[in-house]
Amino acid sequence: MAFERKRKKGSPGINTASLPDIVFMLLFFFMVATVMREVELKVEVNVGDLPEATEIKKLEKKSLVSYIYVGKPKPAFRTMYGSEPRIQLNSAFADVNDIREYIIAERELRDEAEIPFMTTSLKVHVDTKMGIVTDIKQELRKASALKINYSAQERTSEL
Amino acid sequence: MADIAFLLLIFFLVTTTMDVDTGISRKLPAMPDENIEKPEDVDIKKRNLFIVLINRDDQLLVQGELMNIRELKNKAKEFILNENNSEDLPVKEPTYIPELGRTYPVSKGVISLQNDNGTSYGKYIQVQNELVAAYNEIREDAAFDEYVKSFDDLSEKEEDAIKKMHPLRLSEAEPKNIGD
Repeated sequence: MAFERKRKKGSPGINTASLPDIVFMLLFFFMVATVMREVELKVEVNVGDLPEATEIKKLEKKSLVSYIYVGKPKPAFRTMYGSEPRIQLNSAFADVNDIREYIIAERELRDEAEIPFMTTSLKVHVDTKMGIVTDIKQELRKASALKINYSAQERTSEL
Repeated sequence: MADIAFLLLIFFLVTTTMDVDTGISRKLPAMPDENIEKPEDVDIKKRNLFIVLINRDDQLLVQGELMNIRELKNKAKEFILNENNSEDLPVKEPTYIPELGRTYPVSKGVISLQNDNGTSYGKYIQVQNELVAAYNEIREDAAFDEYVKSFDDLSEKEEDAIKKMHPLRLSEAEPKNIGD
């Protein structure tokens, strides 16, 4: 029969003509939403290592933020830098005395008009002792980088 | 075409970090000028001072008493507001607030926070958070009393008024080295 000859075995394939459109849509979404990590972390301050707080605010204007990381060196760096909390500026280990230079270097990268709005974000591991943090704060005061942000995450557990 | 798009898509999927940076914003005090003679003893009366100490074992000493961190926020609020005009809580100074068009008794209370070098950062942030929360709650209440709005929804002028009514006076003691 003429009609029966056309019938194939199994179900017909799904039309994939719109697939590129969907893929492109997703692609653009991720391209726009992506924030590339600029520095490689050499100390242990992952998201879960930050303190928890309730009075947190979103950090606006990421381009005006300089980061200071404090935590134990990652296992790969322990032989050289020990396991005591260390400071990381940009992508290198640093000393408290380097902070002022770092702030000045960060300022030079920005417009003069933007300097008063620059913020320093402190990403410090919860278990760090305050001694090192106090030293950093003193250095920031000396560099007159007074706007700071203690990086913290939303509190999930009861106090 | 779709293959290349897929490749790029997977690349971006993998490299994306969606985390937004959040944290407690604070302002450090400016370094005192070495050339200018320090005005000796900015005399803050004892009743205007709320002293919070954190020791190396992360214990809290508030106004000379050991305290659990859960009570800290309410204690701080009680101190700042001094609702019963108590003799040993801060003085309130009637101040003219132009945005409000009237005078308001502004509390002169100062919260002083001091920590040890051995205090853990986590505890320090908890305490900072509670103290900032105390101020935020006071401001939120004031915003509702004055404008029947949440503090976040206020216009800039209204926000200034509330900030002048309840200035954030949270001071951190200059670090000192006391033994080891």
